[in-house]
Amino acid sequence: MSKKRTIAEINEKILSGKAVVLTAEQVAAMGREATPAEIAEKVDVVTTGTFGPMCSSGMFINFGHTDPPMRMERITLNNVPVFAGIAAVDAYIGATETALPHDQYGGAHVIEELIAGRDVMMQATAKGTDCYPRTEVKTLINRESVNEMIMFNPRNAYQNYNVAVNSTSKMKYTYMGTLLPSFGNATFSTSGELSPLLNDPEMRTIGIGTRIFFGGTTGYVAWHGTQFNTGKPVNEHGVPVGNSATLALIGNAKEMNTRFIRAAYFEKYGVSIFVGVGIPIPVLDEDLARRVMIRNSQIETNVLDYGSPGHDLLGRANYESLFSGEISLNGKKIRTAPLSSLRVAREIAETLRGEIAAGRFLLTAPVENFKMTSGLNNLEIRL
Amino acid sequence: MKSRRFVLTFPPEATGEPITYNLIRKFDIMVNIVKADVSPGQVGHLVMEMSAPSKVLKDGIEYMKQQNVECVPIDRTITYRKELCVHCGACSAVCFAGALTMDRKSAELVFEPEKCVVCELCLTACPLKLFEIDLG
Ligand code: SF4
Ligand code: SF4
Repeated sequence: MSKKRTIAEINEKILSGKAVVLTAEQVAAMGREATPAEIAEKVDVVTTGTFGPMCSSGMFINFGHTDPPMRMERITLNNVPVFAGIAAVDAYIGATETALPHDQYGGAHVIEELIAGRDVMMQATAKGTDCYPRTEVKTLINRESVNEMIMFNPRNAYQNYNVAVNSTSKMKYTYMGTLLPSFGNATFSTSGELSPLLNDPEMRTIGIGTRIFFGGTTGYVAWHGTQFNTGKPVNEHGVPVGNSATLALIGNAKEMNTRFIRAAYFEKYGVSIFVGVGIPIPVLDEDLARRVMIRNSQIETNVLDYGSPGHDLLGRANYESLFSGEISLNGKKIRTAPLSSLRVAREIAETLRGEIAAGRFLLTAPVENFKMTSGLNNLEIRL
Repeated sequence: MKSRRFVLTFPPEATGEPITYNLIRKFDIMVNIVKADVSPGQVGHLVMEMSAPSKVLKDGIEYMKQQNVECVPIDRTITYRKELCVHCGACSAVCFAGALTMDRKSAELVFEPEKCVVCELCLTACPLKLFEIDLG
């Protein structure tokens, strides 16, 4: 009978400094020799990490009131418009919003500046009301002057993602980076065997309320992410092929660190943001042990032609070959390059490992697990 | 045929000579202005690529000296702000010359300047805009 443990038991071991905590890469390497039963016996927690561009990100901010007060209706931060359609001095800074015509600077850069503790210029206008008479303001704000900075990202930590290639004779500028013509390169964007949702693909231990590493501090899974889709085909190792599940994440951006939150600009595409996420997976039983042992060679994804309007499916590749620098597609060798940083993903998994081993980070059971879904709706054009 | 880049420094008092025009018309040198920073009454700088047989190029440079235009050859190199790099790999995607690669073991970016052909693709491919052209 293989060993089973509860999260409460694991937390007790963490607090007494006896928990065995490994990173997903370490356990994948160990899994070459050990069986799932042996891993379940020896290992309590496995830490994961990812650091890639995640467009669906942003930050709620509360500026504090002026005297006399103002119900801000149009707000810019360093000339980037931010969403002001909520209460008087609350706003949401969308990562991809840009300061037109300077479209290389956007919400992501504003978020990074605020996290770094730098001053940001705020300008706001309003019509003025009986209770909020002020009609305009221009000032400098920073991390210390504002009340809250709450990072809330509706879609992060994609479970697997496509590989992009370009069949056309022209350079393509995409969110998957610059794609050279005639299959000159292939880009991919996950941390493979280190990736959070690939280590618990059925999300048995990840759900609403899960405590995570988020941008350099502790954060939480708030909900399933947008475009959450668990209806993707699964390969023989139990991992979905192509992009599937996603997470909505929340955390205190005042405590975040620009080492793990970085603004990005993709040429002729736009602004995005690198977000660092790490999730600890409790090894509750042999099934989870088998999941966290997953190796890059066992994780596959779709290769899509970003040169074709419908992003035609051209084949499959596994992460071992993607990380090796070359894949073979229909007999043709294509040079590969990552867009998500394995180097920083490792640092995240290692940091989280250290925090747990030191008894400073306890695991949580999901308040509620996610419902499995079957697919996504497309937008129908009805007018 | 030789093609080299130069930084030209013009004196504040204009000579009245149409220098680049003369280089093209009188010396038959192919000229490509890379960067210009010239305003009247001030010291001006021009970064210019010139292509011509060595002898012709030498004559052209001599002519510019006579006009009090300083002419310093440069070799373009690519540099990047390594300390800010997140090792995402986006630049390695476009570097067909193989100067930018990801180290398999450390997962860090490796830059081998001697392989660089100065195609400049990494300048736009890096999402953090860390690359710069060093004009010498
Ligand atoms: S300029 Fe071109 S060859 Fe040189 S490092 Fe950049 S991409 Fe590579
Ligand atoms: S694209 Fe920029 S940040 Fe990414 S590895 Fe290259 S230099 Fe570093």
